[in-house]
Amino acid sequence: MISLRQVSKVFGPSGTHAVREISLEVQQGEFIVLLGESGSGKTTTLKMINLLIEPSAGKIMVEGRDTSAMDPVQLRRRIGYVFQGIGLFPHMSVGENIAVVPRLLQWEAQRVSQRVDELLELVNLPPEDYRTRLPNELSGGQKQRVGLARALAAKPRIMLMDEPFGALDPLTRDTLQIEFKRLQQLLGLTVVMVTHDMMEALLMADRVIVMQQGCIVASGTPHDLLTAPTHPYAATLIQTPKRQADRLEDLAKQRN
Amino acid sequence: MDGAALGQQLQFLPDYLGSHLLLTMAALATGIAVCLPLAVVVSRTKQLQWPVLTIVGIIQTVPGLALLALMVPLLGRIGFLPAYIALVLYSVLPILRNTVTGILGVDHSVLEAARAMGMTQNEMLFRVELPLAAPFIIAGIQTATVWCVGTATLATPVGATSLGNYIFSGLQTQNFTAVLVGCVAAAFLAIILDQLIGLMKRAATARSRPLAVIAGLGLLLTIGAALAPSLLNSKVDRSQAPVVVGAKTFTEQYILAALLTGELEQAGIPTTSKASLGSTILFDALAADEVDCYVDYSGTIWANILKRPNIQPRDVMLDEISDFLMTNHGILMLGPLGFENTYTLAMPRRKARELKISSIEELSSHASALTIGSDYEFFSRPEWEALKRTYGLRFAQQRTFDPSLMYAAVKEGVVDVISAYSTDGRIVTSDLLILSDPRQALPPYEAVLLLSPKASTRPDLVQMLQHFVGAIDGNSIRLANKLVDIDGKSVEAAASLLHERMLSGRKQLGR
Repeated sequence: MISLRQVSKVFGPSGTHAVREISLEVQQGEFIVLLGESGSGKTTTLKMINLLIEPSAGKIMVEGRDTSAMDPVQLRRRIGYVFQGIGLFPHMSVGENIAVVPRLLQWEAQRVSQRVDELLELVNLPPEDYRTRLPNELSGGQKQRVGLARALAAKPRIMLMDEPFGALDPLTRDTLQIEFKRLQQLLGLTVVMVTHDMMEALLMADRVIVMQQGCIVASGTPHDLLTAPTHPYAATLIQTPKRQADRLEDLAKQRN
Repeated sequence: MDGAALGQQLQFLPDYLGSHLLLTMAALATGIAVCLPLAVVVSRTKQLQWPVLTIVGIIQTVPGLALLALMVPLLGRIGFLPAYIALVLYSVLPILRNTVTGILGVDHSVLEAARAMGMTQNEMLFRVELPLAAPFIIAGIQTATVWCVGTATLATPVGATSLGNYIFSGLQTQNFTAVLVGCVAAAFLAIILDQLIGLMKRAATARSRPLAVIAGLGLLLTIGAALAPSLLNSKVDRSQAPVVVGAKTFTEQYILAALLTGELEQAGIPTTSKASLGSTILFDALAADEVDCYVDYSGTIWANILKRPNIQPRDVMLDEISDFLMTNHGILMLGPLGFENTYTLAMPRRKARELKISSIEELSSHASALTIGSDYEFFSRPEWEALKRTYGLRFAQQRTFDPSLMYAAVKEGVVDVISAYSTDGRIVTSDLLILSDPRQALPPYEAVLLLSPKASTRPDLVQMLQHFVGAIDGNSIRLANKLVDIDGKSVEAAASLLHERMLSGRKQLGR
C-alpha cells in the first residue's frame, strides 16, 4: 500500500540529515506506529508520504504509484491526515469542516450532507446536535472527533496521524484510542501513526517501527518488541511501560 | 451665525460633499484593489515584508498637505488626479498592513490542516486565509476611510473640489459659518462611514450575514445619497467647457475671482472658478491650460518664475515679464489692473513711535529684540532674503501664521512686526504703520491679469477681460478687502462693490 525505498531528507544548507535512507513496506489494512523521541525523524517520515515534506532522495510509492510523479494536491485529497494541532477551520461549522474535502472534490450537495451526518454518527457526535456548532464550542476530545471525521470524509484508504491524541486528557485519549482502533478495523484503513507514547504504540499498532536519529533501529509486532527486543534502544524504550505496569501491580497489592 | 448665512453656505453642500465623497471613494476603491493582491504577495514572501511595509510607512509620515502638493509637479496637473493619487497612497498603509497582519496571523495548525487536506494555494487563500483575516482587513479599510475623508479636505489647494473648499475659503475670508459647515460635514461623513464599516467588521467577526447586509445597505445608501446631486448636476454641466478662473488663498484673490467670474457670466460666457490654489500650483495650472485666467503679481512672477534676484524699475519688470511668459509658457499678460499688493513690513503705530521707527532701515537696529510674524510663504521667498541682505535684519524670533490670524497676533503683541500686504484693509483697522523701504529691496507687486495659452486665442475672452486692465485702483481693492476681512461681508458683495466702482470709473473717463 505504502512503500518507502532508501528515503532521505536533508534540511537546510548545513545539510542536517533528518531521515537517513530508510525503507519501509506498509501492507493494506496494516496499522503502523512510528515510535521515537522528538528529533528522531518520525514526523518527517510521515509528512513525506503525503508530500507535505519533499524527500531529498529515495522513492515513495503510494497505492503502487510513485509520488514524485503525482500532483501533491491530488495525492493529499486521497489520504486522511490527523494531527495533534487538529486545525479545525474556526470560521466554519462542524458540518462545513467535515465537508471540505468532498466539496473540493466537487461532490453533489446532497451526497456531501449525507456523508457529514454519517461521519458524525461514526465518531459518536449526534449530527442534529453538532452539525451547526462552531469549533470553539467544542471540548478538546470533541474537536479531535471532528478532526477524525473530517480526515475520513472522502473515504480515504490511508490515514496519516501525527500524535493525534497527544493533547487530550488521559481518559478521553483512552476512549478515542479504542474507538479509532475499532474504526480502523471496521473500515480496513491503512494507518501510519507517529507517537512518542510507548503505551499508545503497543496498544494500537500491528507493527511498531522504532526510530532514532533518522534511522529505523527496530521493527516488529508489539509482542516481539515486548518479549525479544533486538536493539538496545528499543529495549530501553520498552522498559519504561514495563516498569510502570509492575509498579501499578505492586501498588494494587499493597492496598489489599 | 444667522440662518441666511448658513443657508447661503448650504447651497454649496451637494457639490462639495459629492465631490469629496467621490474623491474619497475612488481613492479607497483603488487602495483596496491595489493593496489586497499586494498584501497576499507580501505575506507569502518574507523578504518583501520589511521593505514594502517600511516604504508604505514612510509615505504615511509625509504630511497630507505636502503629499497632495507634491503630486502636482509630479503629475504636471491640478484637480482630481493629483488629489486622487495622493489619497490612494495615503490609504495604502492601513489596508496593506492590516491585511498582511491578518493573513500572517492565521493559526499555523489551521494552515497545516488546509494543506494536508489537499487545498491548492488559491483554495487556501480564498477559503481559509482571507475569511479568517477579514475582520483585520475591514478594520484597515475603516482606518483608511477615516483618514481619507479627513485628508480629502486638503485637496482644495491642489484644485480638487472637496469639503475643504468651505474651510480654506472660510478661513481666509473670516467666514466662520463656512468653516463650521465644512468641518461638521466632514466630521459627519467620517463618523457615519466609520460606524457602518465598524458594523461590517462586526458582521465579519460574528460571521453574521444579516448584519453584513444591513451594513452594506447603509454604506450604499450613504454613498448614493451624497453622490446623487452632484452626479445629476455634472451631466448638465459637461455640455460646454466653461472658462476657469483661478484664485490663490487670500481674500483679495477670492474677490477678484468672483469679479471676473461675474463679469464673464454676465457677458454670456460660461465660467467656473477654482479657488484656494497654492501660488505656484496655480501658475502651473495656467500654463497647462487647466485654469484660463487669474490675477498674479509682478514681484511674485519676477522672483518665482523668472528667478531674478535683482530688482528693476516697474516698467522694465512688466515688459520683461510679459515677454518671458509669452515666449516660455505661451501665457498672455493682459496688463496691470491698476493697483499694487506689495509685501511690506508693518508694525503697530504706537510701538513704532516708542522705538522711533518709520523705515526698515531704522527697524534693523532694533530687530534683535523683536519678533517677526509672517504668512506661510514669506520667509522662504527671495524678498525676505533681499530684505535681510540689504538691511542686515536679524530678529529675535520668526513665527509663521495663517494670514487671517497674523493680524490678530500683531494686534495682541504676540509678534512685533509682520509681513503685510499693502492692499490689506486690516492695516487700517489694526492701526499699523507700513515701514518704508528706502533702499528699494522689495520689488513692486503690480497686480497683472494672466491668460492661459488656450484662453489667449479666444478673442471674445481677451476683449472682455481687457476691461479690467487699469480699472481697479489701490483704494478700491483696499475697500473691497476691508468689506470682507473686517466688516464680515461676503466675497460676492465685495466683488459687486468693485464692479460698481469700475462702472463709475469708466463713466468718469467717458466724460
